[in-house]
Amino acid sequence: MSQFAINLLFVGASFALYIGIAIWARAGSTKDFYVAGGGVHPITNGMATAADWMSAASFISMAGLLASGGYANSTFLMGWTGGYVILAMLLAPYLRKFGKFTVPDFIGDRFYSNTARLVAVICLIVASITYVIGQMTGAGVAFSRFLEVSNTWGIWIAAFIVFLYAVFGGMKGITYTQVAQYVVLIIAYTIPAVFIALELTGNPIPGLGMFSTHTASGVPLLEKLDDVVNALGFRDYTADVDNKLNMVLFTMSLMVGTAGLPHVIIRFFTVPKVADARWSAGWALVFIALLYLTAPAVGSMARLNLMTTVYPDMAGQVENYEEAANNPIRYEERPEWVRTWEETGLIQYEDKNNDGRIQVYNDGNEAFADTAEQRGWNGSELNVNNDILVLANPEIANLPSWVIGLIAAGGIAAALSTAAGLLLAISSAVSHDLIKTMINPRITEKGEMLAARISMAGAILLATYLGLNPPGFAAQTVALAFGIAGASLFPVLMMGIFSKRMNNVGAVAGMLSGLVATLLYIFTYLGWFFIPGTNTLANTPDNWILGISPLSFGAVGAMINFAVAFSVSRVTKEPPQEIQDLVESVRYPKGAGMAVDH
Amino acid sequence: MADDKSNAAAYWSANVRLITGCLIVWALVSYGCAILLRPLLAGIPVGGTDLGFWFAQQGSILTFIGIIFFYSWKMNRLDKKFGLGE
Repeated sequence: MSQFAINLLFVGASFALYIGIAIWARAGSTKDFYVAGGGVHPITNGMATAADWMSAASFISMAGLLASGGYANSTFLMGWTGGYVILAMLLAPYLRKFGKFTVPDFIGDRFYSNTARLVAVICLIVASITYVIGQMTGAGVAFSRFLEVSNTWGIWIAAFIVFLYAVFGGMKGITYTQVAQYVVLIIAYTIPAVFIALELTGNPIPGLGMFSTHTASGVPLLEKLDDVVNALGFRDYTADVDNKLNMVLFTMSLMVGTAGLPHVIIRFFTVPKVADARWSAGWALVFIALLYLTAPAVGSMARLNLMTTVYPDMAGQVENYEEAANNPIRYEERPEWVRTWEETGLIQYEDKNNDGRIQVYNDGNEAFADTAEQRGWNGSELNVNNDILVLANPEIANLPSWVIGLIAAGGIAAALSTAAGLLLAISSAVSHDLIKTMINPRITEKGEMLAARISMAGAILLATYLGLNPPGFAAQTVALAFGIAGASLFPVLMMGIFSKRMNNVGAVAGMLSGLVATLLYIFTYLGWFFIPGTNTLANTPDNWILGISPLSFGAVGAMINFAVAFSVSRVTKEPPQEIQDLVESVRYPKGAGMAVDH
Repeated sequence: MADDKSNAAAYWSANVRLITGCLIVWALVSYGCAILLRPLLAGIPVGGTDLGFWFAQQGSILTFIGIIFFYSWKMNRLDKKFGLGE
């Protein structure tokens, strides 16, 4: 059977499974549609949350970022997991006790203001749609690579599948589908990693293997990797970073973004009890950690494998790295996986010094330029796109073709499950918060579900359209989604629970100032409304205020939000007694079961 | 009613104390050991690198899981103790 047929079989079988589950669990009521009837077990919910949360960015991109950035990119690992600690302690249990369907529901009721509700809806929609665009693009790339269709077709196929199960299933369908998707994606991620860890270190657990001895050289794996990349002019893989402020703020942005993203928060409305919301956050993190503890191993081992593929003399015990560096592989002798990926254009080779060999080194390092010249090198010749690392991993390790089919299914599952969760958050914000609560309170349950499905379809079309013509910087748009959620929604949600004094004016002022400050900072460096070339200042570290990158600004935005909301609320009227009683009741689990009915 | 109120207030302040403690550990492992204090921990070797690197790529995630489960367990006991559970 050809690789194409195998991919088709795996992707097709996993889809049949998801669609089957969506039909089996289809929603009968609005409650089913939004919060799966409120009856999902914490472990099940944790697993679905994990699938919901881990998108194409986690599955496909992250290991590649770690491989290229080493220690400096640990921010992604800590930021995207540490947010769950805040979520479990500061938000999830109380929002579950509050017992409504959506995030704007809480903000609107707690701050007794439809303005606050509307601002929350806007923040939610902007953050979610930017995130969905990235997912659609990611799914499109995976489809086009593995199903051998054009990128445009890939995105349309992805849109159609998401439409089918998100629109007809609602939350109940999505929850169980996402459990299946989690299983598919975690198996797909870990199997190749285990094989590679065994091959390089003899330890089957990748997270332990990366800290043990590299079998071929007898040196600890990370030390070996440092030596290899060092000989080629790169920074040590484990090297410390200079700008600690930016590293702290970037980690913090990802953390508060995680806790403020509506599609994750909404998950905790689906469990039966307040205590379950806490456990559920813990289980979600366990399931996420299975991938996140493996990712750094995948990154470091793939980097080592890639370098020793190009410089075979560096693979074993090396006496002299200078000599080993002088004998890179001949282009004619390159392995099969390099050939395959060259066809997609994601690996590019250019023989700059015409010696028929492949030289890979850090040609941006001025201190290394002399060494390179002595060796007769004329620039790095192999350009490897970071994003292919995870997808190419099974091929690099010579694993059987069914593993490649599996990883195709896994990557697509990761992108689709997140897109579906985000679409659900968008549709409930429109149909529930905007239409039912603010425009037409007398809408029937049937009409509300119809509105939800129409807005979902609309969001899919918009995201697909933007995914077809991506703004050009997917990573930045994803970070913007985090920045918006972290700087606008998180602080207000938290203060709504922890400060009885926080009032309507303070909350609206806080959300708007956090949102606007973050957008202004990002637009200044990345272009106004992301139109290329319209940026006021060049996006380089010298121009950044205090060296804070636009991607890290969400944390500063959140602080501004806190400060403004706090000050404004102190000089305006305190909230009415019934709101203070509401805050009081949210703090205690007793009576959560009753609060669910709407 | 007064009893209910002081009971509830005691429950809430116990919760806030617990959260504060957990957040200190949370910040210590991630922003502390993994980032700001890494140079101080450079002398402690872990599998070919130092402790700070391990915290950044493995340790902090493992600690995060520990914190959430500890908090959930502790809160369940508080719910029972104050009679405010479900």
